[in-house]
Amino acid sequence: MKSLGSIRRSFAPWDDPAATPYIRFENVTKRFGDFVAVNDLSLDIYEREFFALLGASGCGKTTLLRMLAGFEEPSAGRILLDGQDLSGIPPYRRPVNMMFQSYALFPHMSVEANIGFGLKQDGMPRAEIAARVAEMLKLVKLEQFAKRKPHQLSGGQRQRVALARSLAKRPKVLLLDEPLGALDKKLREETQFELVDLQQELGLTFIVVTHDQEEAMTMADRIAILDKGEVMQVATPAEVYEAPASRFVAEFVGSVNIFDGTVRENGAEGMRIDCGEGRVIEAENSGSADIGDQVAFAIRPEKLQVSSQKPDNARANALEGEIYDIAYLGDMTIYHVKISDGLVIKSAMLNSSRLVDDPLTWEDRAWVSFAPDAGVVLTG
Amino acid sequence: MNGSLSRFNIVSLVLGFAFLYLPILLLVIYSFNESQLVTVWSGFSTKWYSELFSNQGLLDAAWVTFRVALISATFATVLGTLAAITLTRHLRFRGRVLFTGMVFAPLVMPEVITGLSLLLLFVAVGLDRGFLTVTLAHITFSMCFVAVVVQSRLLTFDRSLEEAAMDLGATPVSTFFQVTLPVILPAVISGWMLAFTLSLDDLVIASFTSGPGATTLPMKIYSQVRLGVTPEINAVCTILIAFVTTGVIAASLLNKQREVQRARDEQAARRDDV
Repeated sequence: MKSLGSIRRSFAPWDDPAATPYIRFENVTKRFGDFVAVNDLSLDIYEREFFALLGASGCGKTTLLRMLAGFEEPSAGRILLDGQDLSGIPPYRRPVNMMFQSYALFPHMSVEANIGFGLKQDGMPRAEIAARVAEMLKLVKLEQFAKRKPHQLSGGQRQRVALARSLAKRPKVLLLDEPLGALDKKLREETQFELVDLQQELGLTFIVVTHDQEEAMTMADRIAILDKGEVMQVATPAEVYEAPASRFVAEFVGSVNIFDGTVRENGAEGMRIDCGEGRVIEAENSGSADIGDQVAFAIRPEKLQVSSQKPDNARANALEGEIYDIAYLGDMTIYHVKISDGLVIKSAMLNSSRLVDDPLTWEDRAWVSFAPDAGVVLTG
Repeated sequence: MNGSLSRFNIVSLVLGFAFLYLPILLLVIYSFNESQLVTVWSGFSTKWYSELFSNQGLLDAAWVTFRVALISATFATVLGTLAAITLTRHLRFRGRVLFTGMVFAPLVMPEVITGLSLLLLFVAVGLDRGFLTVTLAHITFSMCFVAVVVQSRLLTFDRSLEEAAMDLGATPVSTFFQVTLPVILPAVISGWMLAFTLSLDDLVIASFTSGPGATTLPMKIYSQVRLGVTPEINAVCTILIAFVTTGVIAASLLNKQREVQRARDEQAARRDDV
C-alpha cells in the first residue's frame, strides 16, 4: 500500500488533460434580487480533491456551496456532479452532505441519534445503523459521548459530532462551511491536520469554504480565490502565494510589497521597470508585458533582505531607506523601511541565529535588497 | 443597587399583591363558610363542596366547558402553528403583511364584536347554536394567540437545523415532524395551554354562540350570580383557581429545573475543551 504522503505528492488531476472533473460549475450565476452573489462562474473540481473556496464575506463562496448542496438554485448556468446535472434535484436527493458552520446539531437528539439521522432517513436496518454510528464515533474519538445531548458537549466535541454526522452516509462529496470557525486557535490548528488525514483516509472529495487563508493553505490541494462572485485564481497554495495571477490575489493572500511602474525594457536579459523618482527595478522577463505597459512588481516580505551596508551583488535590486518600524516576533523580525514618503517596504527576516553582531534599530539607514526573480510582475 | 428592600419597596409590594390577590383570597375563604350568607362568616365547613358535587347543573356545565376547551385548544394549536410557520417562513409571498395583520387583529378585537359577528355567521349559514358553534368560536379566537406564541419561538429558530435534516435525506414533511416540531414543541404546548385557559374562562363569546344544552361553566356561574352569590359558586371558583394554579406552578417548576440542569451541563461540557 502506498503511504498517504506519496499519494498526496503525486495527486494533480488538474494538470492531466485526460482527467474528467467530478464537479463542474458551468457559467453559474446566482442573483438575490438586484444583488449578484455569483457571477457567471465556472469551476472544475476533481475526485478526491481537497478544495478550498477562499474569500472575504460576501464574495459568494457560501452561496456556491449552498447551490451544490441544493439549498439554492442557480439563476443561470448549471452544476454537474459526476456527469449528472443537479438542476431541480432537492437537497434530500443529492449525494452530497454538508457540515454547517453552526454545526446545526439537533438539540433534542443524543449524539448517536444525530449521527444516525441520515441513515434512518434511508431506511437502513437498525443494527446496521448502530454499527455505522459506532464506527463514526470511533472515527471522531467520541465513543464515550454517544448518549449525550449536544448541549452537554464542548465546542470541539460538537464540531466532531457534526463532522461524524455529515460523513455517516458516506457521501460522494463533503461540503464544509467554515468548519473550524467556532473553535479557538490552538484547537483549530490541530483539527486542520485531522481533517486532511480524514479526507485522505476516506478518499472523499472535500470542499471547504473559509475566509481564513492560513486554513485554506494548510488543508487544500487547490484553492479558488473568489471576489464579488467571480473566481480570481484557482491554483495550489504554493502557486497562489508565489505566482499570484493578479494584484488582488497577491494582496489577499499573505502580505506583499507592491511597486507600480512602467516597463522600460523587456528582453532575454530581463525586465526593467521604471518606478519613478529614479528607481528602476530589475525583474525577470515576462512575456505578457510590452514596453510602455503599466505593471506592478509584487514581492513577499520574506524575500527581501535588510542590511546596514549596500550589498555587493550587482544584479540585485537595492533601495536605500530608513528603518521606520520594527516588530520582533521571536521567530522572525518584521522591518518597515521607509524609502521615501509614501513608500514603506515590509521585510521579514528570519532570526536564524540567537545573536546578531550589528543589529539594526529605529532610524538607522538601511538597504533593502532582492533578486530579480524574488518577485512577480503583475499586469492585471 | 443592593439586594435588601427599603420600606417603600415593601409597602408597594404588599399593596400590589393585596390589590391582585385579596379578592381571590376572600373568595377562597368564603367558600369554606358555614353560613348561607356570603358576607357573614359563621364557621368553617366544606359542605358547599359536597353540595356542589350533587348540583347536576353545575357539573354538566363544567363537563361542557372542559370538552369545549380541550377540543378548541387542540384545533387552535394545529391551525395557529401552521399559520405561524407560514407567516415566518414564506417571507416572500404576496400579501404577507396583510395576512399577519389579519391573524393578529382578533387579539385586540373587542370580544363583543367577535361574538356578535360569529353569531351572525352561524345564523346566516343556518348552523344550530350549541356545542359545535361554541367550539368553533373558541377555535377562531384562540388560534391567533397560539400563532403569536409559536411565531415568537420560530423567529429564533435556527433554520440550518432544517437544512441539515434535508441535507441528510429527510423530506420537508419528515423534517417538520422529526426536527422542527420537536424543537418548537415547548412553545406549541404553551400555546395549547393558553388556548385551553382562554376557552375555559370565556364568557362573552360563549354567551353569543352557545345554545341550549351547551351552557359553559362561566355562563352558568354568571347566570347563578345574577340570582345572588351562593357559597357554592365560591366553591366552584376555588376549585378552578386550584386547578389553574397547580398547572402554572408545576409548569414553572419543571421549566426552572430544566434550565438549571442545562446550565450545569453546559458548564461541565466547556471544561472538556482543554
